[in-house]
Amino acid sequence: MNITLWGVRGSIPTTSPNTRQYGGNTSCVEVDADGWLLVLDAGSGVQGLNSSANVKNSRIDILLTHLHMDHIQGLGFFGPLFNPAAEVHIWGPAGNSQSLRGRLGRYFSPPLFPVYFRNLTCKLILHEIGKSNFNVGPFAIQSDYVIHPGPTVGFRIQHKRGVFTYIPDHEFALGCNINDVKDIRWVSGSELAAGADLLVHDAQYTSEEYQAKQGWGHSSMEDAIQFARLNEVNQLLLSHHDPAHSDEQLRAIQNKLKEKHTTVAFDMAVEGSRIEL
Amino acid sequence: MAYPIELILSRQLAECLGTPVFLTDTEGNLLFYNEPAEDILGKRYEDTGEMAVGEWGTIFKNKDDAGHPIPPEELPLVKTLMNRLPYHKTFWIESLQGTKERISVTSYPVIGRGATFLGAIAIFWRSSE
Repeated sequence: MNITLWGVRGSIPTTSPNTRQYGGNTSCVEVDADGWLLVLDAGSGVQGLNSSANVKNSRIDILLTHLHMDHIQGLGFFGPLFNPAAEVHIWGPAGNSQSLRGRLGRYFSPPLFPVYFRNLTCKLILHEIGKSNFNVGPFAIQSDYVIHPGPTVGFRIQHKRGVFTYIPDHEFALGCNINDVKDIRWVSGSELAAGADLLVHDAQYTSEEYQAKQGWGHSSMEDAIQFARLNEVNQLLLSHHDPAHSDEQLRAIQNKLKEKHTTVAFDMAVEGSRIEL
Repeated sequence: MAYPIELILSRQLAECLGTPVFLTDTEGNLLFYNEPAEDILGKRYEDTGEMAVGEWGTIFKNKDDAGHPIPPEELPLVKTLMNRLPYHKTFWIESLQGTKERISVTSYPVIGRGATFLGAIAIFWRSSE
């Protein structure tokens, strides 16, 4: 199972030279194995994914955690959607009163986008998910709601080579005090992350920044590390970097965190990096 | 198995409230009760953890104004669990130690996304409140 990070920035793409090292594209991860391709979220990182040889697959599955703009803004620029020979499956959460198609249709329509849903030329199949289990080729996938504004899920992707958990937008701290957890069942997302070989998790803020942004739907880096520790994750990648954080700042923050936290293997997620499980 | 986020967030809200709150699963098992509710139960959540329906349901007796026992199926929380609707009732509770108190109970179902029934919440309003 190969995992390629095409977008690890949160909220809005950044194009500054100051964010070149960690990358400025918003959420998009490619997972490929045994000739199958999963695309996790379709932020602006989709631009890099378009260059991947895997997009020539006859079937592609896009798994959307939620429909905030930084997770779907690349969808309209994803080549296979305009390829009549491609079969594209989109898996994502519906709303309480609106279908997945209806919700995505708000993006695929003027004034936000010039091309309507109905004008996409691929064979498009939509799947509404919540707390769900489904299989795509060699992958057994579990999705479940996590704490974030609006219907949002995380994914646990099991392959014979390992378990990859992806929760890019998650504020579990709203539901518990992570430093005083007596029962892991009360921690949002814990079932998805338990014992994962690799976890890509929201870590948008420093602890200090988080104090002023509680309820915005994102985690602090410190909390994300504690979350990984509690769930006995093998490797954590801190992701959804705040657009205001420069490379220099992220490097300094990482160095500081590594001095403090020695029991959890973690790094900052870097756009373009590839991990093999 | 982790709890649904609707229950996790309900618990977190209960922990912040000054009124007694009981949170159950769909079977009536007591998943959580907050500090004000500890006073009613005479137990601490930290000591008991979750409690099976048969265990916490016998901690106090429920009686009407005339002192007659109230059948379980007439209690708000039991009705909520059966019908998935909100209920409210005022009655007397008597602890195992014989202490009596008049309370009002408001209960409502926790319905998650996709109309999934996840459990129930009972809020106890004490007569002095």
